[in-house]
Amino acid sequence: MTDVAKNGTELRIAGGRVYDPANEIDGEVRDVLVRDGRIVAKVSDQARAINVHGMVVMPGGVDIHCHIAGPKVNLSRKLQPEDHRLDVHPATDVTRSGVGGISPSTFATGYRYATLGYTTAFDAAVPPLAARHVIEEFHDTPVIDKGFYVLLGNNLFLYDMLRQGRKKEFKDAIAWWVTAARAAGVKLVNAGSDEFWKGKRNENITDVNQRIEPFELTPLQVMAEFVEAVDELNLPHPAHIHCNNLGHSGNVKTTIETMEATEGHRAHIAHIQFHSYGGEPGSRVRTASEAIIDYINTHPNITTDIGMVMFGKATAMTADAPLAWMLRAKDSKWVNADTECESGCGVMPFSYQDRNFTHCMQWAIGLELFLLSEDPWRVMFSTDSPNGASFQTYPRLIRLLMDRGFRQEMIGRVNQKAMRNCLLPQLEREYTLSEIAIITRAAPARALGLKNKGHLGVGADADITIYTEDADRERMFGAPRYVIKDGKPIIEDHEFVADHTGRFLHTEPGYDDAIESELRPFFEDFYSVRFNNYRVDASYLHEHEVIPPHAGKKAKKAE
Amino acid sequence: MTDKATSSSASETPNIRIVEDATCTFCGCVCDDMDLTVDLDAKRIIKAKNACVLGRAWFLQHGIEDHPAALIDGREASLDEAMDEAARILHDAKFPITYGLSDSPCEAQRVAVAINDLVRGNVDTTTSVCHGPSGIAFQGVGESTATLGEVRNRADLVIYWGGNPAESHPRHFTRYAVTPKGRYIPNGRKDRYVVLVDVRKTPSAPVANQFIQVKPGRDFELLWTLRALVRGRRVHADIEELTGVSREVVDELVERMKNCNYGVLFFGMGLTMTRGRHFNSGALLALATDLNRHTHFVAKPVRGHGNVTGADNVVSWQTGYPFGVNFHRGYPRFNPGEFTTVDLLARGDADAALMIATDPASNFPKRAIKHLKEIPLITLDAKPTYTSRQAKVAFMVATYGINTGGTVYRMDDVPITLRPAFESPFPTDEQILTGILERLKEFKAAERKKAA
Repeated sequence: MTDVAKNGTELRIAGGRVYDPANEIDGEVRDVLVRDGRIVAKVSDQARAINVHGMVVMPGGVDIHCHIAGPKVNLSRKLQPEDHRLDVHPATDVTRSGVGGISPSTFATGYRYATLGYTTAFDAAVPPLAARHVIEEFHDTPVIDKGFYVLLGNNLFLYDMLRQGRKKEFKDAIAWWVTAARAAGVKLVNAGSDEFWKGKRNENITDVNQRIEPFELTPLQVMAEFVEAVDELNLPHPAHIHCNNLGHSGNVKTTIETMEATEGHRAHIAHIQFHSYGGEPGSRVRTASEAIIDYINTHPNITTDIGMVMFGKATAMTADAPLAWMLRAKDSKWVNADTECESGCGVMPFSYQDRNFTHCMQWAIGLELFLLSEDPWRVMFSTDSPNGASFQTYPRLIRLLMDRGFRQEMIGRVNQKAMRNCLLPQLEREYTLSEIAIITRAAPARALGLKNKGHLGVGADADITIYTEDADRERMFGAPRYVIKDGKPIIEDHEFVADHTGRFLHTEPGYDDAIESELRPFFEDFYSVRFNNYRVDASYLHEHEVIPPHAGKKAKKAE
Repeated sequence: MTDKATSSSASETPNIRIVEDATCTFCGCVCDDMDLTVDLDAKRIIKAKNACVLGRAWFLQHGIEDHPAALIDGREASLDEAMDEAARILHDAKFPITYGLSDSPCEAQRVAVAINDLVRGNVDTTTSVCHGPSGIAFQGVGESTATLGEVRNRADLVIYWGGNPAESHPRHFTRYAVTPKGRYIPNGRKDRYVVLVDVRKTPSAPVANQFIQVKPGRDFELLWTLRALVRGRRVHADIEELTGVSREVVDELVERMKNCNYGVLFFGMGLTMTRGRHFNSGALLALATDLNRHTHFVAKPVRGHGNVTGADNVVSWQTGYPFGVNFHRGYPRFNPGEFTTVDLLARGDADAALMIATDPASNFPKRAIKHLKEIPLITLDAKPTYTSRQAKVAFMVATYGINTGGTVYRMDDVPITLRPAFESPFPTDEQILTGILERLKEFKAAERKKAA
């Protein structure tokens, strides 16, 4: 590529085909101009020009749901040395070394996201007590901007408030916890299950209307209260919900009931593929993708990410501890980790096999949901990495969405009984580049309230990915020619040319300080750390950005 | 256990400072409820409320030594000279090693791993001589575990195996696992049954409801027996003779474990550093896992050093492996026995060593110490040690938790921020290591320039 002039702060990305759906630009040939880390309308003649003629220019990818940092990820790393050994990540002159595999080391995680054209990612499940750990790992996760959702859906203090009908304190405490942990959003996982798992000898919730002992609450009530409170707090991202009964046949009923309980408020349903199963509990899984996607298509208050499955190595890594126990094959290695008053956790190495009926159904249902979706702005891309598959499989999954021939070929190679029992073989749709740009960039950024991400309009962060046009979409999305982060070229001609730290993204909802006088005695009684030592102080933030509150409008359906 | 309440008038005296909710980094309990009374003029802590006997000694005996911050060949040097020399040693070495790290905050540990990534060195922590076998066992079987507050809130059966917390972790009983009242343990001690398994009756035994004495070196056999019975298998009659524990006691324990509501197995170095090592840890972790077929059961190694758990975490997130990591090929490799410090020193492998907050010359095997004496040595410690006296470059650093802030991880992986009591004239580990890293980067850049 020709460099007209080298300038550290100004870039003219010249002549590429730009896919910027948020600004209604669909493959138009135009220049993208960058100054001081932002997209601008004008640059000086001194700007460095990067000729990207014939290439595809998109905003950097935004992962709305993955597991990349913190205690559960580190347990997974420690648990699977065999996995690292097969996939080493050597240092270069500008980058650190590491290991890959299903749970890469922090450095490898950042660099590998960059080599897929992703520049932002959110860890979806962090117990507040471990927030410091996550932020420390984030400092060592290069290139990408990152944030996390804090686990509050099994929080004993919040349950106490709900049981006592103290809605104001409930809401204040949510805001306090988001602020104390430095989170970007609120996550609910298998609401109510902790009391069954830890307190009732490893039982699990099976019905959203079951009573959570010793609280006079049901999972459905808990979730509805959270959804309402998070919406009213105007958090930039709505309550992020991992429904009950994940992975169980017949869980479509639970998922629909949960979505119905959110009516009137913004809500995000996570990795919905794992919650779109028909059939009878305990028997073979059936696809329920139509019922689920019909509901979503007609209910604009809901956003979702799919949590697709791809064949190969995965790892169940979840705050849903009973799930990891259920998946455990006879005597295989397994991790459970209970966090006081806050959460459970399970880690379980797993692999999806293309000969296995159930795994093939899961794979197909993920694709079906996408191919039946009417609104790419609300149905987003994820594998719940590494639960459905590693984020490193994204290029292949993108090709499956974009390339019917490739899809049919794969359908022909997997379990045929499963293919006869699902809709996938009949679906003809192919995603366009613009739709891919929506589900992997523009929509997640919008759902997260990141006004400067997921698009290339003036004022946006100059997080830009440039792909060489290739009919093989897997090859194309697997190796961007350029990746620019905050206006700084990180990858040029497929090689790392610079390192970059990336920012930490969090939000700061306001709350009534009086809540602290309620929280302090609770900590004295039931926590093992002092209240004064619990909050993550500003020294951990380094380069960070506060995501502003939601504007207060209801989520609107984009056409 | 605790001092009398700090007098409130003390805080009004100008040279006295009260630090509330400070953290004790003496052991892996990392208690964060210390109320320290600091005499700022004398640079001493005069009262450490809530500290145990070990913590009191840690705080009250801490003083600022009259000692140069840096020595080269035993002679006083400036920090810059010493950092230059340290960087040169690490840069010139073919097989530089770093060891220790478990009494440094995570911020310093991260830089130490970065140095090794750059010089393609070998990084190892004291885990390799304490709970390394538990780390290896973890890789094989996983672990069901919990934070200490969960034990406080829920555990009605607490078993200690191969450890003596009364002397090594005095507040483990009182703050976390035996006496405290919790959410579902309203009566504290009365609601718990406590078992101690060890080869001898230690001062921890009186705390327990039941002491089970196992023959030395027979922990694995006893654990495997328990596992078999939990899983409903038959056990050979000679197991009584072999382990020294009667079948009646074993059967009773099995029933107790299966029928508790929330059980926990804490284990110490009596298990990991005796015959069987990672087999012992693995058997215990597998037992806790098996018990989850009957009830909720967790296990937890009782870790020694204040931030050894942080070292495990930092090394794991940066390299994928918990200790014994080698960067010689430009990426991390893990092989205990090959890349663990005692072993590689005993083989005579390393040609330079960076020892951080550790004193291997006082506790390593003879052959390892012999090799350590033959290679250029860099030390960072808060006090002079046998090792620092042999060092080519010796840095005196501020004491973490007393003079410096930073992050440490409690034995249950809970990260806690330190609250320093008073300033030290000495630099921090992090400052020295960062200085060395910057110099090494300059060396590398100069080399690249030359090559180009």
